[in-house]
Amino acid sequence: MKLSHLKVGEKGTIIAFTDLDMSVKLMEMGCLPGEVVEVERFAPLGDPMAIRVAGYQLCLRKSEADVILIQ
Amino acid sequence: MDIKVALVGNPNTGKSTLFNRLTGLNQKIGNFPGITVDKKTGFTKLTNDREVEIIDLPGTYSLYPKSSDESIVFQVLADKKNSSHPDVIVLIADASNLKRNMLLYSQVADLGIPMVLALNMIDLSEKQGINIDLDKLAQKLGIQVVSISARNNIGIDRLKLAIANTNKIATQFQDVDVNFLAPAAIDAIKSKLHTANDYYALQVLHQHEYLTFFSPKEQEEIEAIEQEYHFESSKVQAAETIARFKHLGTILSDVVVDNGVAEKYSLSDKLDSILTHKVWGFAIFLLILFVIFNAIFAWSSYPMDLIETTFGYITELGHQYLPAGMLTDLVLDGVIAGLGGIFVFIPQIAILFAFISILEDTGYMARVTFMMDKIMSKVGLNGKSVVPMIGSLACAVPSIMAARNIENWKDRMITIMVTPLISCSARLPVYILIISLIIPSKNILGVFNLQGLALMVMYLVGVVAAVVVAWVMKLIIKSKERSYFIMELPVYRMPRWKNVFYTMYEKSKTFVFEAGKVIIAISIILWVMAAFGPGSRFEDIDQKYQSALSDTTKNTDHIKTLVATEKLENSYVGILGHWIEPAIRPLGYDWKIGIGLITSFAAREAFVGTMATIYSVDGGDEDTSTIRERMSASVNSRTGLPVYSFATGISLMLFYAFAMQCMSTVAIVYRETKGWKWPVIQLVYMTAMAYVAALIAYQLLK
Repeated sequence: MKLSHLKVGEKGTIIAFTDLDMSVKLMEMGCLPGEVVEVERFAPLGDPMAIRVAGYQLCLRKSEADVILIQ
Repeated sequence: MDIKVALVGNPNTGKSTLFNRLTGLNQKIGNFPGITVDKKTGFTKLTNDREVEIIDLPGTYSLYPKSSDESIVFQVLADKKNSSHPDVIVLIADASNLKRNMLLYSQVADLGIPMVLALNMIDLSEKQGINIDLDKLAQKLGIQVVSISARNNIGIDRLKLAIANTNKIATQFQDVDVNFLAPAAIDAIKSKLHTANDYYALQVLHQHEYLTFFSPKEQEEIEAIEQEYHFESSKVQAAETIARFKHLGTILSDVVVDNGVAEKYSLSDKLDSILTHKVWGFAIFLLILFVIFNAIFAWSSYPMDLIETTFGYITELGHQYLPAGMLTDLVLDGVIAGLGGIFVFIPQIAILFAFISILEDTGYMARVTFMMDKIMSKVGLNGKSVVPMIGSLACAVPSIMAARNIENWKDRMITIMVTPLISCSARLPVYILIISLIIPSKNILGVFNLQGLALMVMYLVGVVAAVVVAWVMKLIIKSKERSYFIMELPVYRMPRWKNVFYTMYEKSKTFVFEAGKVIIAISIILWVMAAFGPGSRFEDIDQKYQSALSDTTKNTDHIKTLVATEKLENSYVGILGHWIEPAIRPLGYDWKIGIGLITSFAAREAFVGTMATIYSVDGGDEDTSTIRERMSASVNSRTGLPVYSFATGISLMLFYAFAMQCMSTVAIVYRETKGWKWPVIQLVYMTAMAYVAALIAYQLLK
């Protein structure tokens, strides 16, 4: 399942990425395989989204969240 | 015995607060050689007799850059010959989010430069229930670890002591042995570059295309090694990041104890649910923008008036007491007037940056970006473009400086390119003058004043033009940088007033010294062109009116204005006005308007003043009502029709809406993009757009 498909308040564990370049940037920001992420909110216009990961709030576009596969 | 200390850390870790705390106002802004990023340096005293240079490097999450700003960090740390290469690195980490912050530590440590680790916001993290065993961490890393709070001035002396005690030779343990990631390629680079550092060699493999300190021959050889061993950059980077986090996990496991309650972020979350709400979020944002706009527009008018009056007074005093002559005129009407033209921007710059600094500091700016990104990214802009765009309703100069906050190079360039299209306050006098000439002052539908409506349309024209041009540029400008929007949303905090003050001071200073040079130069050129004419034309005019002026029984003010008008017409500017007349006739302008267009390149509002001189109005620039009468009565000598017809008026307003009639903007774009390429492109496209729009308008309406 893709991270972008979660609803507000739902949690998931990162298992893999579908885009190598993007995965490097995401991992640098703490989105590592095995980390639990929670969807905090979506921007008023539906994109981007804010997630809680590794103890802080991160925002990313849905297209970027699409590359994160979660469980 | 002068050592250099570089501050390295993630964004939002309080790095600039620490920098301000260490250096005070004893800082200067320069350039990193060959790169378009500002370099902030300053000095601090470690002990009574030991002063060190502090270099503030751009905040980054990793040595692999996402933007041109971030690429400086590795560039400076890797190049031993770079004038900013540090002897000691202070790595600043946010104590409340240590693991993510330590990735950068882990990378930097492996470059083998002596380091100190500063855990910032220690008071905050303790309040959150996070306990960090500093001694154990120091032992595990092999370097000194100090806890500080830059904001509350805790532990700064400990940090200074640690810097003073740092060895000349790096003591940190190697964090991750990266050789296994690409052994053959790394070894080949090591022998090629005569280095023993595996991580340096690996970074060179990744980033050499962006490093400026290798010769073309070295670049070729590195590229050859990359090809030979099939080095796969992204794959290796991903493996490295995972290895580093794994290692950090074992280091931090018994160092950091988090007793924190889960509800640490409850306040921030509550604020977010209001501030990024579908309705309230936008309403509050609009309100804040209104306050900012109002402040730059209204509050700044008092200090601006004061500055203008002061410079006017100095000029007047100078003319009274200094010996009359060319040099005096040059100094007073060229240089002093130019200086006045620079200083008058300071209130607007200071006020806009006070607000921006507060919004950034509190964490609200990140939310604005979050809310606006979807709309703005559609036209090639960025959530962060909103503030420059709004600010440019008052003045493009501080707004273009504010575009610095946009990390993505392409988004920032597009923002800078379109910002001057938004109608700034300097266009207002021009619009008001022309609207009063061509639009009748009557109400439609009972409430809407036609003139007010026309003014609003002019502002909308600017906004629409900016959006369209941004969209076109999005298609044209090519960028190697991939656009990321992976961004931290920092926890809300109170603004640090000292930082706000430093930002105001720093931005004003940068403007005066950097853009000021260009403005002074153009002012002097314009002055010379308006003050001199070819041959003996000026002497002839003086002679013509000599007898009339020496008649003390009559009021000579009117004669003096006649002299001024005739001189302006015969000056180089006047001749230029005549010369460009064929080019501007299709737009519906005569040579008088031509002069206005040329002189108002200094600043748009100069149009009104020039018109006042040309139409021989007594009573100064302010008296627009009399200029208006004169202008509306003026008749084109060729056609016998009034010059200021509806068509000419609309054409002229469109010209002013689009044309880059502002040397201060040209100067600031030059300064912000560090070259003449972008300001020239901007000048050309805006002038072309202005000409075409004015041409079409006039030809359709006449």
